[in-house]
Amino acid sequence: MDRPERVNKMVTVKDLPKEEYLLKGHAACAGCGPAISLRLLLKALGKKIILVVPACCTTVIQGPYPYTSSAVPLQNILFESTGAAASGISAALKQRKLEDITVVGWAGDGGTADIGIQALSGAAERGTNFIYVCYDNEAYGNTGMQRSGATPYGAWTTTTPSGKSERKKDMPFIMAAHRIPYVATACTSYPMDFVAKLRKAREIRGTKYIHLLTPCPTGWRYDTSKTIEMGRLAVQTGIWALFEIEDGKFRLCSPSDRLVDKSKRKPIREYFASQGRFRGLSEVDVHRIEGWVDEDWENYRKLASNCASDPVIYGKT
Amino acid sequence: MVQTVIDTANHIAGYAARAARVKVVAAYPITPQTTIVEKIADFVENKEMDAEYIRVESEHSAMVACIGAAATGVRTFTATSAHGLALMHEALHWASGSRLPIVMAVVNRAMGAPWSIWPDLSDSLSQRDTGWIQFYCAESQEVFDTIIQAYKLCEDERVFLPAMVCLEGFILSHTYSPANIPDQEKIDAYLPNYKSGWILDVDRPYSHANLVSPEWYMEFRYMIQEAMENAKRLIPQIDKEYGKRFGTECGGLVEKYKCEDAELIMLTMGTIGSDAKLAVDKLRKEGQKVGSARIRVYRPFPTEEIVKLAENVCMLATIDRHISFGMEGFLAAETKASLFNQKDHPHVAGFIAGLGGRDVTSETVEKIAKKSLKYMKDGKVEKETEWIDLRE
Repeated sequence: MDRPERVNKMVTVKDLPKEEYLLKGHAACAGCGPAISLRLLLKALGKKIILVVPACCTTVIQGPYPYTSSAVPLQNILFESTGAAASGISAALKQRKLEDITVVGWAGDGGTADIGIQALSGAAERGTNFIYVCYDNEAYGNTGMQRSGATPYGAWTTTTPSGKSERKKDMPFIMAAHRIPYVATACTSYPMDFVAKLRKAREIRGTKYIHLLTPCPTGWRYDTSKTIEMGRLAVQTGIWALFEIEDGKFRLCSPSDRLVDKSKRKPIREYFASQGRFRGLSEVDVHRIEGWVDEDWENYRKLASNCASDPVIYGKT
Repeated sequence: MVQTVIDTANHIAGYAARAARVKVVAAYPITPQTTIVEKIADFVENKEMDAEYIRVESEHSAMVACIGAAATGVRTFTATSAHGLALMHEALHWASGSRLPIVMAVVNRAMGAPWSIWPDLSDSLSQRDTGWIQFYCAESQEVFDTIIQAYKLCEDERVFLPAMVCLEGFILSHTYSPANIPDQEKIDAYLPNYKSGWILDVDRPYSHANLVSPEWYMEFRYMIQEAMENAKRLIPQIDKEYGKRFGTECGGLVEKYKCEDAELIMLTMGTIGSDAKLAVDKLRKEGQKVGSARIRVYRPFPTEEIVKLAENVCMLATIDRHISFGMEGFLAAETKASLFNQKDHPHVAGFIAGLGGRDVTSETVEKIAKKSLKYMKDGKVEKETEWIDLRE
């Protein structure tokens, strides 16, 4: 697929427009990771976008009628239907020859990994031309922190008061299995990485999926001033890895590309100790998680080292 | 020139979508709707229709994709049946609440469990309160005409609501009959470009359907009610004008047959309306003053027309291909509700017939009429709701 050169250029803060498209007075919690990232997303993509938002924290963040904090057209839609709504919008834009407008789905982890996975999978399988961003705060935040399929093992939520007993669903690889042209992970704490991925995604035709880890002080139980720190810890401990899967080629992104060697990663305990939601983790739990993290990294290492010779994990369509 | 086709009502619904120059179709297959979406797929692939066809993974997504497309400024169409319609339920509310003029064909099929693929009206009648206009057709020509008329109505700024055009599975959907397809030029002149109350526009960015507090919500609901009232006023006008242009009229809100001097009127919906006409003819020959009235539009409900029909009759007999469990058929219940505040009104005898595709023929209607005539003579009914042709 043809890619313009400019998308590979390094993006710096200076490249971001001064214009604000997430307006002042929005209704997010103090220290909200999703709100920080939504502001960045809108700066990265500009005003020629249509945002599709299902039931999620952003239903509240945008503010109630007759006000809105979104300076781009925003279609609120049913919880499980972001992918379907984007399909309809994208089809209509094609009919109206307005394909220079980017359709962006912006959905939470419950709306993505649980109730919305069918519509998302359908949209991806159909090659719907849109960017889907799952902003993942690892629980149903809008309803007061109930467990989702994206909640990690051991985490307290209001419906797992003694900690979740299952592992987090691996959405990025589920999406990669749809053989879509672009899958990436990102994190609120690495804004330029997120911006670069969004801009790259915009230039690619088809379904683009970005899974964005967004720390949530309300649900994760940490001080509202520590949101960026939490995201950094998630990446530095290797709990969350930044990568891209472009046309099936897996690539670790900075700083995760330097963390294949376990000794370079911070101990995962630091991440758990910083958040109240992990207070119930036992020693056994921490060991178990450490084993899983190591397994993940072994997998990343293989996929990434394969890049040179045989880079395709899922065939390109 | 008018083209006469001999085809199934499902295919004719496809012809109507093509004639309306629909731009986005999102659909999921379900018996007995499938041949509509197959026909449209043929049209799109043959380039007889310039439309995007989204082959969605569920009916819920079909409706949401139509919502997205309609919100982006194009005419949309979909079709479904029974469980597909039930799965859409949530999105039906979203479509009407968003005031988007989506038109959908509903090929009526009974709801499970147990599985049934045969017709009754319980699928669409269960969606009564979703804010959709509901048409019920009696023949193929009416299916075509009503789909075209529905776009005219729904895209009127006094309405801006979605509509379902209902046709019974197999009885209509898979039965061949002739229908006239008017000149495309004439349809284009009648149905200009898509119009909606709002659009997703990067130059006029708004948030649509965001959270509404109790201070505002009721007003939005009231506006839908007003739009329904407007639709009730507009439907007969639209039908009449359509009839003048294209030569076929569908009966406005209620299609009346030999009601002028009738002492007994059979109230029906859908294809039973056609059987009722035959029954009326037969009974008239026998000297009975019987008429029939087919409720073509169920939402908005034609209360005023029912009141008028009831003025000079001794009895109204309703035939419901539907049951609201624990109550009675909706047609019976709503006919009674329409008449309740009238000073003097006839008795309403309720009959349930044809559930899950059990045959309702003109003989069935005749039997119901004769029972009703007996009740009139006796001055009392046997039962408030009577099930017809039920096994002992």
